[in-house]
Amino acid sequence: MSKDMEKQNDLQEEQYSLNDDRRVKVLSPGALVAKRFFRNRLAVVGLTMLVSMFLFSFVGGWVVPYSEDQFFYTLEYQKKEYAGVTENTEYHYLVAPGQELPTLVRANLGIVLGKEDMLIYKGAKYYIEAVGEELYEITDDKGALLGLAYMDIINPTQSGASFSYEFSYNALMTCAEGGGSFEADGKRYDMTEHGVITQDGQDVANVGRLIVQSRVSGRSIPQIFKDRVAEAIENGETEFTLTVDGQEREYTMTYDPGKRIYSVMEDTPTQVYDKYAPPGGIHPLGTEGNGMDVLTRLMYGGRVSLIIGFIVILIETVIGVILGGISGYFGGWVDNLIMRIVDIFYCVPSMPLMIILGSAMDAMMVEPQIRMLYLMLLLGFLGWAGIARLVRGQILSLREQEFMTAAEASGLSVRRRIFCHLVPNVIPQLIVNMTMGLGSIIITEATLSYLGLGVKFPFASWGNIINEVNNSYVLTEYLWVWIPAGICLLMTVLGFNFVGDGLRDAFDPKMKR
Amino acid sequence: MRKFIAKRLMLSVVILFFVTFIIYVLMRCLPTSYVEAQAIRLAQQPGSKPYEEWLVQLEAQYGLDQGIIPGFFQQLGHLLRLDFGDSWKFTIPVLEKFRQVIGISFVMGAVALLLELVIAIPLGVVAATKQYSMTDYVISAVALAGISFPTFFFATLLKLVFSVKLGWFELNGLHSTAAIVGNMSAWQYFMDAVWHMVMPVTTLVVLSIGSLMRYTRTNMLEVLNADYIRTARAKGLSEGKVIYHHAFRNTLIPLVTIIGGSLPGLFSGALITETIFAIPGIGKVSYDAMVAGDIPFSFFYLTFMAVLTLAGNLIADILYAVVDPRVRIS
Repeated sequence: MSKDMEKQNDLQEEQYSLNDDRRVKVLSPGALVAKRFFRNRLAVVGLTMLVSMFLFSFVGGWVVPYSEDQFFYTLEYQKKEYAGVTENTEYHYLVAPGQELPTLVRANLGIVLGKEDMLIYKGAKYYIEAVGEELYEITDDKGALLGLAYMDIINPTQSGASFSYEFSYNALMTCAEGGGSFEADGKRYDMTEHGVITQDGQDVANVGRLIVQSRVSGRSIPQIFKDRVAEAIENGETEFTLTVDGQEREYTMTYDPGKRIYSVMEDTPTQVYDKYAPPGGIHPLGTEGNGMDVLTRLMYGGRVSLIIGFIVILIETVIGVILGGISGYFGGWVDNLIMRIVDIFYCVPSMPLMIILGSAMDAMMVEPQIRMLYLMLLLGFLGWAGIARLVRGQILSLREQEFMTAAEASGLSVRRRIFCHLVPNVIPQLIVNMTMGLGSIIITEATLSYLGLGVKFPFASWGNIINEVNNSYVLTEYLWVWIPAGICLLMTVLGFNFVGDGLRDAFDPKMKR
Repeated sequence: MRKFIAKRLMLSVVILFFVTFIIYVLMRCLPTSYVEAQAIRLAQQPGSKPYEEWLVQLEAQYGLDQGIIPGFFQQLGHLLRLDFGDSWKFTIPVLEKFRQVIGISFVMGAVALLLELVIAIPLGVVAATKQYSMTDYVISAVALAGISFPTFFFATLLKLVFSVKLGWFELNGLHSTAAIVGNMSAWQYFMDAVWHMVMPVTTLVVLSIGSLMRYTRTNMLEVLNADYIRTARAKGLSEGKVIYHHAFRNTLIPLVTIIGGSLPGLFSGALITETIFAIPGIGKVSYDAMVAGDIPFSFFYLTFMAVLTLAGNLIADILYAVVDPRVRIS
């Protein structure tokens, strides 16, 4: 408590004391300007906006992990036909060795199978005996086995492999029994209840009603897929997922009754540009039409826009100050000549001219980098007239003042008199003009880039990012592509204008505050 | 006074001479392959002359077969007879195309200027009389925001809000399909066009009031600091009388000058706004011509713009002398 009181007393004493450093407060002209500037709320807001835009553009480019023209890809799932499945509805025949079943007999058998147990064709008798579901033994009247009629088909796992009669016979018979093991050609085979035949754990073949054919050249169809398809058809499913080779995939089945084919579509991942990805995730502002990160493009675009602005204003100022200074100092015919040149440049319509030159450069296919250089030079050379007029006007009045007489009397050279004594006095107005000018140059550059005649792909600029709204779908649906660029542009130009306005007031000693 | 005008007029002609020279030189510096491409294009049209003949004709037509200086004087001769040749893109005489499209641009510009005056001047006066108040800050901020908006961004935002989201206006064009097909009465046709002009005119007004507002404010502030205003206040005049009788009238001097100077600009069209809203005025037509490399039309447009600028400066100078007697005396 007492400590607080003491502190307050100290403070009060300091406030009321008349020490030398408190009695007279001296502020340099610069500090006065700064004081006036920081009192202006709009100017401070503008300065904050500018600083944040500069940080965003120049520091952001380093921080962000992507580069200016980095494309992003995404996996897009496209349905592609993977397999065709047909159900066998016709009898196939396995003919015993040394016997024969002529084609016409087979045709007739096909009609009577399952309905009658004997067929007489051209005097020969064929006895039919059902041994399983859709599996018949055909014997002649002497009881000798002619062959088998069957509907389940033996599909070899390795395409092209063929099987012996014994293998086929035993396989079909085992299948009719619902699986088990059998021996053929001296080897032992096992069959599951789904009809998969294995030898020592190796898939050899499968027996089933379905024929599954691959529709993708070079890709064989794994057994697990065939089983799953059979199951799906049995249950009437049209969609299923299956993990093949450690990858889960989605399949869709459609049945074509005309051809009696099930076609199985597989969702195949295809690598495409990640276009117009919505904001979020690894792209905080989404991606644009080329699959580039919008935020990164904005940062680099800001860099380009600001650098172009600065270089152009520099060119304008150098030409303007030199010509305006000479003109104002010398007067007479020099002044007249230079001012007429200024008038001429004032009259040249710069925007239409830039559009013409831009489209001519399009026709000549100028490199984007060189184009940017031309853009800066042209904007600079077309825009200096205003600054020259300003400098001349100021110098005309300044050169009549006493300090110039003094400078002349002390024998300074003309160059020093102009550029060391006159021009520094113009600098306040010059700074204001440059600040406001920067804003309008950035707008000009953005407009040209928006029209596709300024900064070109792959370089980013705020203008050419907004260029995408020419696609009306982007205008209505992909707001994240162009709104942020417009806001950046607006913030920067507004910042320059606020600061310029604040500086104008601050530099003016007549201002009340 | 007459001498002053004559002198300024002479000077303008001289400046115009050099400006057209610069434009001509730039046009000539465009790659010649450009004319060749044009000749190829023309030759490919059905029933057209062969390429070589087109090339020779085009080069002769634009004086490209001569050196730059003689070519320029030939062009100047055409120009003095107001012969700008045929437009490459529109395949009709340049001046005819100009006559077709200038009306809509002028109307648009005039409406925009009128609205601009009605909005900007009162706001500028209010901002000046209440300097550093909240009103002043808001008005200044809005004015600067208007200046800072890139035309294309503002126009696109308008489109997004008012045509896409709210559906009040059509995205672009001057007439709706129904009007083009022709089942509308004259009045409906007119109102349709007016409705289509709302967004472009809004864009023009919002983006241009800023500078006029600030100009008014600055000049008003200057006048308000003058001695005669203090005198008027000391006499005990009401504040309204001081501001609107004494101060505002004197602010009118620079205002009239600048407004007079902007009158020729009504004919220049709005390049970007018209292009974005697809309003078939001089701005959009010129843009199409320039992008297509239509040299005759581009040359005409650039010269026309230069003439307008010069005319604006001239009018401003003369008005200044007319309005402010002090200028005439000195």
